[in-house]
Amino acid sequence: MNDPVAYGIAILALLVAAFAAWRMARDLPLDNPLFYAVCVLEIALVGLLVGGSVALASTSRDVDGVLFVSYLVTMVVIPPAAVLWGIAEKSRWGTGVVVVAMLTIAALSVRLLGIWKGSYV
Amino acid sequence: MSDINPSSTSDTSHGFGRALVAVYAVFALAASARSIVQLVTEVESDTVVPYTLSAFAGVVYVLATYALARNHRRLASVTIGIELVGVLTVGVLSLVDGDLFPDQTVWSDFGMGYLFIPLVLPFVGLWWLRRSSVV
Repeated sequence: MNDPVAYGIAILALLVAAFAAWRMARDLPLDNPLFYAVCVLEIALVGLLVGGSVALASTSRDVDGVLFVSYLVTMVVIPPAAVLWGIAEKSRWGTGVVVVAMLTIAALSVRLLGIWKGSYV
Repeated sequence: MSDINPSSTSDTSHGFGRALVAVYAVFALAASARSIVQLVTEVESDTVVPYTLSAFAGVVYVLATYALARNHRRLASVTIGIELVGVLTVGVLSLVDGDLFPDQTVWSDFGMGYLFIPLVLPFVGLWWLRRSSVV
């Protein structure tokens, strides 16, 4: 768990957000290309959950473990929840839900790094 | 009150409302999670005000999210109204007297820690309630 990992996740989430925003601007509903993009991010987030948990167990840092893991779990849960909520809306706003979710992931990723470094409570 | 017809354009959870509910859900999560973390850590005399306020904000956002998602207009108006008063009041108070709020809440400094979204959100919410009832 370090800067490249957290910022990498954040950048990936922002890329998906930009992709979703572009599709929303084109009046497209939540469809397959965006779904696959969210899937890619979701795989990365599951990897982050596993990697982060291992790192937490093996670190000597003074990290708030409960808060850290709850962030990791929240980040894994958000994309599926957003897809389920957004897919039922057959308009551009279903895509908008994904934009919101991806921006949230990016923000959480940056705060996660803060928790790891002990600079955010 | 609740409109269960999914094709209805006057339902608060459809169209733009779909994305709005998502934003509200994020803040319901952020505010209530922050509150739980604060309450689990030791509450001291100088943190009673912000911790209570965080819990209150969490409840308001959860209710507003639920109301918008299920098209309960009256509950949505009330909770979004409280949200508006809350963010303005806490925003002013936290600037006037920072000692009142030694610990952060979502509404401190007009929600600056959350990119001022807590300040904008109630206006968007009220606009949407009006807009979705006219269409």
